[in-house]
Amino acid sequence: MTRGLALFLIASASLAGAIGVRATTLPMHQVSDAAVLSEKLPRLLSDFQFFEDGPAQVPAYRVLPYRLNTPLYSDGAEKLRFVYVPLGEETSIGEDGLLQFPVGSALIKTFAFGAGEGRRLIETRVLLHRADGWLALPYLWNEEQTEARLAVAGARIDLTTPKGEAISYRVPNKNQCKECHGLDGAVTPIGPKARNLPAGWLDASFGLSHEEAGVMPLWEERQSASAEAAARAYLDVNCAHCHRPGATASNSGLDLRWEQDDPHALGIMKRPVAAGRGAGSHLYDVVPGKPGESILLHRMLSNDPGVAMPELGKATVDEEGTEAVRRWIEGLPES
Amino acid sequence: MKRIAIFAALLASGSPLAAEVHTITPGDGAQERLQEALILAEPGDEIVLSAGRYDLTDGLSLDVDNVTLRGEGMDGTVLDFTSQAGAGEGLLVTSDNVTLRDFAVENPKGDGIKSKGADNIVYHRLRVTWTRGPHPENGAYAIYPVESTGVLVDGVKVTGASDAGIYVGQSDRITVRNSIAEANVAGIEIENSRNALVEHNIATRNTGGILVFDLPNLPVMGGGNVIVRNNLVVANDTPNFAPPGNIVAGVRRGTGIMVMANEDVLIEGNVLSGNPTAPVMVIAYVQPYEDERYNPLARNIVIGENAFEGGGYDPQLEGGEMLKAAFGGELPPVMWDGLGSLYVVEGTPGWTLNLTEQGKGLGAASPAPLTVEPPVDEFDASEIGAPAELDERL
Repeated sequence: MTRGLALFLIASASLAGAIGVRATTLPMHQVSDAAVLSEKLPRLLSDFQFFEDGPAQVPAYRVLPYRLNTPLYSDGAEKLRFVYVPLGEETSIGEDGLLQFPVGSALIKTFAFGAGEGRRLIETRVLLHRADGWLALPYLWNEEQTEARLAVAGARIDLTTPKGEAISYRVPNKNQCKECHGLDGAVTPIGPKARNLPAGWLDASFGLSHEEAGVMPLWEERQSASAEAAARAYLDVNCAHCHRPGATASNSGLDLRWEQDDPHALGIMKRPVAAGRGAGSHLYDVVPGKPGESILLHRMLSNDPGVAMPELGKATVDEEGTEAVRRWIEGLPES
Repeated sequence: MKRIAIFAALLASGSPLAAEVHTITPGDGAQERLQEALILAEPGDEIVLSAGRYDLTDGLSLDVDNVTLRGEGMDGTVLDFTSQAGAGEGLLVTSDNVTLRDFAVENPKGDGIKSKGADNIVYHRLRVTWTRGPHPENGAYAIYPVESTGVLVDGVKVTGASDAGIYVGQSDRITVRNSIAEANVAGIEIENSRNALVEHNIATRNTGGILVFDLPNLPVMGGGNVIVRNNLVVANDTPNFAPPGNIVAGVRRGTGIMVMANEDVLIEGNVLSGNPTAPVMVIAYVQPYEDERYNPLARNIVIGENAFEGGGYDPQLEGGEMLKAAFGGELPPVMWDGLGSLYVVEGTPGWTLNLTEQGKGLGAASPAPLTVEPPVDEFDASEIGAPAELDERL
C-alpha cells in the first residue's frame, strides 16, 4: 500500500466515523449527481453510485431506505426502497400529500426474490428527477449478481415466488414504467405520499410533518384496521395510479384514490366502460355485499392477460390483497 | 444548379435532426428489438417492420411523438400475440402525430391497437384479427383510439372483436373510412365523441354494424355531430357474443346503424341490407343513470336518403312475431323509440315505440307507424371529420 493511499483511507475513516455512518466500509461512496442529472441514459446502475455495496444493497451516503405502510403487490418480491436527495436541497409535501423532491433527487427500488444466501436481485427501478422532469428507467441484474444493466425494453425472467408459484416475471420496459407513473402526460413518483409513510420517518428524514402522515394502515396490521381502510389503502396503492383522472385508465371513469368519496367513482354500482371480456358475466364494478358479482374483484382474481388487473407489474393473484377487497365489498351496505 | 442540389442533399442527410429509418426483422429477440426501437426512436423517425411473422409475448408501446410505424402490408407483416402473457393490448400508443400503417395484429389477449391521449393519429391499412372468429374471450376492441383529438382510420380490416372492431371513444375530429369491420359484436362504434365522419366502410356479419353512442359517467361527455354516410351495412346477423357486462351485450342481433343518446347525427347514402332486427335504430339510453351532464335522448337525428333492402324481417325483440304480424310481415326499416327528435326524408318508412319516458322498455311501448317531419335545414357538416393534414401522411 502506498503512503498516499493509506493516508486517504485513514482520513476517510475518521470522516465517516465523525458522522456516524458505516465507518467500517471504505471509501465512502457519494452518489453521482452528474449521472442523475445528465441527459443520457446511464448503461449501468453502478454509474449512479447509489450503493456502497450494490449486490448487498448497502446504500451510499445520503441514500435513505424507507418503507410504505401499504405496499404495491409485486408477486411477493422483497422490495428495497431508497430515496436520494442532494445535499442542501429542500423536500416539501405537495397538495395531495406527495413528497416534492428537488431536481437531482432519485427514487430507487430493487426487486428481489429468495431469502438469506439464496436471495437473488432481479431488477432495480430508478426514478430520476432531472431538469426537464422525472425519468423512469429499469435496470436488470446479471446472473452473477455483480451489476445491473439498463434494460429499456424490459425482460422476462423465470422464477419462483415465495408462495412457490413458478412464473415468468416481467421486468417492465421504459414505456411501461410510464404507464403507471404517468400523470397528465408526465412521469411522476407514486409511492411516497405522506399518508402512506410513517410519520416518524418523514420527520427524521426531512424534518417534515403532515396531518395525514401514516394514516394508511400498516399492511401487516391490516386485520386491526377497518375493512374499509385496509381495502381503500390497497386500492389506492395498487390501482389508483392508473384509475384516476389524468392517468392511464382515466377513460374508465373509475377513480380509486384514497381521497375519492363518490361511491360511483369508486365503482359502486358503476357499469364498466371498456372492460370487454374483463367484466366476466358481471354488470357492475362493485356490488355492495356481493364480492362474487363485482367486476373489480373478478379482475383482481384473474391471471388471464386481458382480464387480470393490474395489467402490469404482477403475474400472480395477491391472496392477501384480494381478501382485503373482498372483506370490504362484503361489508358494504346493500341499498 | 446541379452542384447546389447535391450540396443541399448532403446537408440534409448530415443534419443531426434528419429522420432515421430503423428496420426490424422477425426472429429471435424480436420482442426486445422492436420494443427497444419504439423506445429509442426520435421524433421524425420511421420504424419499418420487415415482412414476416413476429411472435410476441408482451404488449408493445410507443410514447414518442411524430413516429411512423410501417410494415410491409397487412398480410405481409404480422405481429402475432397468440402467446401474449402480459399487458392489456397488443400495441399502445400514447404520443401525438403517430402514423401506423401496413401491418397486422393477430390474437391479442386484450385490445388490438389502443391509442390514448394520442392526438392526430393515423391508422392506415392495418388488420386486426382474432383468427378463431367470434368468441366471447376475444379482446374487446381491435382499433381503439380514445381521449384524442384528430383521428384518421383509413383502410383497416377488423375481425372478431368481442366488443367493437373499430371503437373511437371520448375523442374529437374523427374520420373512419374505407374500412371493413366483419364478425365483431359492433362493427364500428363512435362513443362519447364529437365531429366524427364514418364513410365508405363495409360493416358485415357483425351483431350490429355501425353504432353511435353516448354513455353516462365518463370523463368526456356530450357526444354528437356525427355523419354516417355511404357505407355498406350488410348482413349483420351474428348472434351477440359479447361478455354480458358490456353495453354492447345489449345490442340486438341484426342491427344495422344504431344511434343511442346522441345529438346531431346524419345518416344518408348508406346501403342497408340483411339487418333483420332494424336497419336503422334510433333510441334513448335505456338504463337508469346518475349524471347531471348526461342527456340520454337521441336529439336531432336526421335520416336522409338511404337504400334499404328489406326491414326488420326477423327482429330480436320481445314480441317480435306479433310486431311483424302487425306491420304486415316485416318491420319498416327505421325504428325509433319516440323520444328526443328525429327527422326522416319522405318515402322512408319506419315505426315508433311511442315511449313517453326514458328508461322504459318495450313493455311500455305502443308501436305505430312512424310519422315524423322531413329534415328542415341543411345538416351542418363543417368541423366534422379528421383534420385535413392527416391525409397528407397517407
